[in-house]
Amino acid sequence: MAKIVGGIGSSHIPAIGVAMDKGLEDTPYWRDFFQSYVPLRKWFNEVDPDILVIFYNDHGLEMFLDKKPTFAVGTAAEYENADEGWGINPIPPVRGETELSWHIVNELVENDFDPTVCQEIKVDHGLTVPLTLMYPAKDYSKVKVIPICINCERHPMPKLSRSYAFGQQIGRAIESFGGDQKVVVMGTGGLSHQLDGERAGIINTEFDLLCMEKIVSDPEYLTKYSLEDIVELAGGQGVELNMWMAMRGCLTGKVTEGYSNLVAPISNTAAGIQLLINE
Amino acid sequence: MTIKKMRDIEGTTFFDGPMSTKGYPVNKMFHSFNSKDGRDAFVADEEAYMEKFKLNEAQKQCVRDRDVLGLIREGGSIYYLAKIGPILGLNVQDFGGLQTGKTTEEFQAYLDSQGIGKNNG
Repeated sequence: MAKIVGGIGSSHIPAIGVAMDKGLEDTPYWRDFFQSYVPLRKWFNEVDPDILVIFYNDHGLEMFLDKKPTFAVGTAAEYENADEGWGINPIPPVRGETELSWHIVNELVENDFDPTVCQEIKVDHGLTVPLTLMYPAKDYSKVKVIPICINCERHPMPKLSRSYAFGQQIGRAIESFGGDQKVVVMGTGGLSHQLDGERAGIINTEFDLLCMEKIVSDPEYLTKYSLEDIVELAGGQGVELNMWMAMRGCLTGKVTEGYSNLVAPISNTAAGIQLLINE
Repeated sequence: MTIKKMRDIEGTTFFDGPMSTKGYPVNKMFHSFNSKDGRDAFVADEEAYMEKFKLNEAQKQCVRDRDVLGLIREGGSIYYLAKIGPILGLNVQDFGGLQTGKTTEEFQAYLDSQGIGKNNG
């Protein structure tokens, strides 16, 4: 059976992609952030996963407000990236994994989740920045990626409890898939930040650290927060915690923390970096 | 029956259904800045480009004034509004300053004052 060996929480802000394009990793502004990925990549390279499931939110590259799925699962053999206007160089196409994608879709619908199913989508920085952080040489052609998208742009958005349950169902689907593939799941985005309004710029590292503590040992604790609570505590875009909750939901075994760090500010954001090992 | 109103949080606009209805033309125009063609067409003739996307007069005035808070009141989503930044040479810290009445340096200092794990381990 396919095995989920671990989960990774990572920021996905465009500025990270720009910094990598410009080779700024070892400059004072960026050093602590990029150094956090050294231990993460050490584990990741040793695991050398066959499949990477990435929870992200599309910021209007593929899913504009005209048609915006609450949950969407990619089932394509390949995904392209494209210009979003942020000045990040588009990355070469990402390989998909059709068989497991369809199995996930089947199991989700069978268990009363009804995602939008995408046979052709472009993936945006929400996916490509974390992918490139794991493969800085862009040698990601050896891994197959399943993009799973959660609306974090327009309310109503899924509750944290729903994203967690969605992740749990995906975890069960992966673990019931025949084969000996090693799977890593990534939850991207966050943590606290607010880009808009007179309250722009709020960061709440105390709350972020609480989230990173609870997500290891007691993720259900976090489901008591409404998204309005999250906006109040962690800023308007703090709702990207949804992707971390879905990632954590996938980990159905004994979960321990392999690495954790919080670096702020990165752009306007507190960047959480976390490795969860699933046994 | 009325539409559920979201919590009142100072300095924060929930981008919900009614705001998305109100701001659809604005967001659609800013969304077009994904492509270089869209960015170039806006720069070449802002008024014609706003007309093409059927912005209302209040929305047009906010674009002319580079009034970010006004655009948010008019239904703009920050994910789309921010796409004008690279066209004007503004980053998200500049945007933060514009919305909070700070200079970019003051806004950066505000971010730094809440920092953790950086340059000090």
